[in-house]
Amino acid sequence: MDGAAANAVEADVRLEHVTKRFGEDVVAVDDISLTIERGRFFALLGPSGCGKTTTLRMIGGFDQPTGGTVYLGERDVTGLPPYRRDVNTVFQSYALFPHLSIYENVAFGLRRRGVRGDELKRRVGEAMELVGIGSMAARKSRQLSGGQQQRVALARALVNRPRVLLLDEPLGALDLKLRKQLQLELKRVQHEVGITFVHVTHDQEEAMTMADTIAVMNEGRIEQLDAPAELYERPRTAFVAGFLGVSNLLQGTVSGDGVVRLDAGGEVRAAPGSLAGRSGRVAVGVRPEKVRLGAGEANAIEGAIAEVAYIGVSNQYIVNTLAGPLTVYVQNADPGARPAAAGDPVTLSWSPEATFVVESTKEAEK
Amino acid sequence: MTLRGRRGLTPYLLLLPGVAFLAAFFLVPLYYLFNTSLQEGTFTTTFTWAWENYSDAIGQFDEQFVRSLKYAGIATALALGISYPLAYWIAVRGGRWKNLLLLFIIAPFFVTYLIRTLAWLTILSDDGFVVDVLQTVGILSDDGRLLATSTAVVAGITYNFLPFMALPLYVSIEQIDGRLIEAAQDLYASRARAFLRVTLPLSLPGVFAGTLLTFIPAVGDFINAQLLGAPGQYMIGNVIQSRFLQLGEYGQAAALSFVVMGAVLVLMLIYAKVLGSERLTGAGI
Ligand SMILES: Nc1ncnc2c1ncn2[C@@H]1O[C@H](COP(=O)(O)OP(=O)(O)O)[C@@H](O)[C@H]1O
Ligand SMILES: [Mg+2]
Repeated sequence: MDGAAANAVEADVRLEHVTKRFGEDVVAVDDISLTIERGRFFALLGPSGCGKTTTLRMIGGFDQPTGGTVYLGERDVTGLPPYRRDVNTVFQSYALFPHLSIYENVAFGLRRRGVRGDELKRRVGEAMELVGIGSMAARKSRQLSGGQQQRVALARALVNRPRVLLLDEPLGALDLKLRKQLQLELKRVQHEVGITFVHVTHDQEEAMTMADTIAVMNEGRIEQLDAPAELYERPRTAFVAGFLGVSNLLQGTVSGDGVVRLDAGGEVRAAPGSLAGRSGRVAVGVRPEKVRLGAGEANAIEGAIAEVAYIGVSNQYIVNTLAGPLTVYVQNADPGARPAAAGDPVTLSWSPEATFVVESTKEAEK
Repeated sequence: MTLRGRRGLTPYLLLLPGVAFLAAFFLVPLYYLFNTSLQEGTFTTTFTWAWENYSDAIGQFDEQFVRSLKYAGIATALALGISYPLAYWIAVRGGRWKNLLLLFIIAPFFVTYLIRTLAWLTILSDDGFVVDVLQTVGILSDDGRLLATSTAVVAGITYNFLPFMALPLYVSIEQIDGRLIEAAQDLYASRARAFLRVTLPLSLPGVFAGTLLTFIPAVGDFINAQLLGAPGQYMIGNVIQSRFLQLGEYGQAAALSFVVMGAVLVLMLIYAKVLGSERLTGAGI
């Protein structure tokens, strides 16, 4: 819109040191700063109660921050009510108007903005086609299934072509199969309309499937903001490592450039730069599918198999080592292979590239 | 679903006491009343068949009849105007005081109707506080009064039936999901717009119920006109009451009752159509 920075990607949402308190004790959102670029599919991911909804509500204008500033584009919208913000929301409960037809539900925002006549008809029709509810214009919301209501909620928000679309656990109420289907559909729709989506979810798989950028939240703060692969491969905190899949964490002390001496003895090499300036006590981590049963990689540890579980696509092992039990997934690529059995002694090994470093979790575990 | 799907006598058996009650205490008396309305005379003289009761009723008492509808209409409108903000405020802002505030609305019911209206007699009396103030301010002339005016009667009716308006309104407003208002604001509706487009239409069933609960008994009311008014303010209820209890003209009184009932029924149907209550409540009336 303004040509101030011609080449820089425009930020659609910017939060600066945003804090939200409820009463004296509850800090729902604790000094969050983030920038969401135009056209992103951005996910706010975290466990229940970590402040995702509150963050979203402050972007939408339903809650006002106790401190900090909310920008939409270049505009400071802090303190503005929802109806003065160029943002629309898909509510978790859908919140469709029960007294209006589906058509009027979708037309609601456009009517408030003075769109009338043929343009109204055309745009409502297009939005309903986009989400696949074109034939339901005359029905009432209570005559629709959960999945259909979800689509209406989406059409009702998208038809206004907002700068940002906010989605608060939009698929939370649906069964697994429908959820998977709608995940892909939401992604397609976002691709087609090119609007910035901010998607709140507690489901890490959903966030990974849909988003191109994820902010992992915990206790009102952002733990890490990255692309899905980066979050999975290089979690920077133990919380992120644990929230996005299974991870093995080994306690140790930094003993050199990219080298960590384990408490249990032996050294582990991490990828260059993954120490990120840490020193002293740390934990090194590796994902179960990146560990080999057998020697051959730079990092190795001895152990004995404690449990074997056949999962179909893989065998899952729990291996007792001096550094504690480690989880290992081995893919079932060779149908004839006999899996290792409980009690077998094994050497586990993995590469430095597969190794990440987070803060020590030993204190927390005690 | 399973209950509804089960075909048996149970639902009908459950209905039986209600149906029996209605038959015994509503339909049967109604039938006798209708019979009476077609007869002339009293218990002491002999009854004769007469359609004249109806033409007499309408011809002689059209003034009181129209006045009843007018007073009831104005009182209902006033009650709606007073109750809606009240009910809205309690439902939306009441918080943990909701129940206490509702109790205040119902509190007058702890005192009998008659006594409450007599209290108004005192409040509006010629040497009372209200008249004093109104005279000082100049709204009333120095010898002006409130008692024996239509203002007093309408005020009395409004006061007495206010809870019948406020409670259904409260229930319907309270039921509205606050997230719908947020959704409306999200879709660019200001607070006022959100109220007009969402809260108001969703509270219409309450408006409908409250209006009927107020208007119907108000049309037939006679206490307020009798205590706060003068013969110039008498309503159809006063006529019926005196025909029945003082003059013993049962036929005319019964005919008048039916005329009132018919008129209210017709008005109600028109009202339901206008408000689209069939659409709102999902049930045809
Ligand atoms: N209106 C409110 N009043 C008091 N506490 C609230 C309110 N809304 C949220 N909270 C608290 O703030 C925290 C974050 O809530 P929320 O943003 O809804 O989390 P999430 O959406 O991640 O599950 C929770 O501890 C919750 O109890
Ligand atoms: Mg939430």
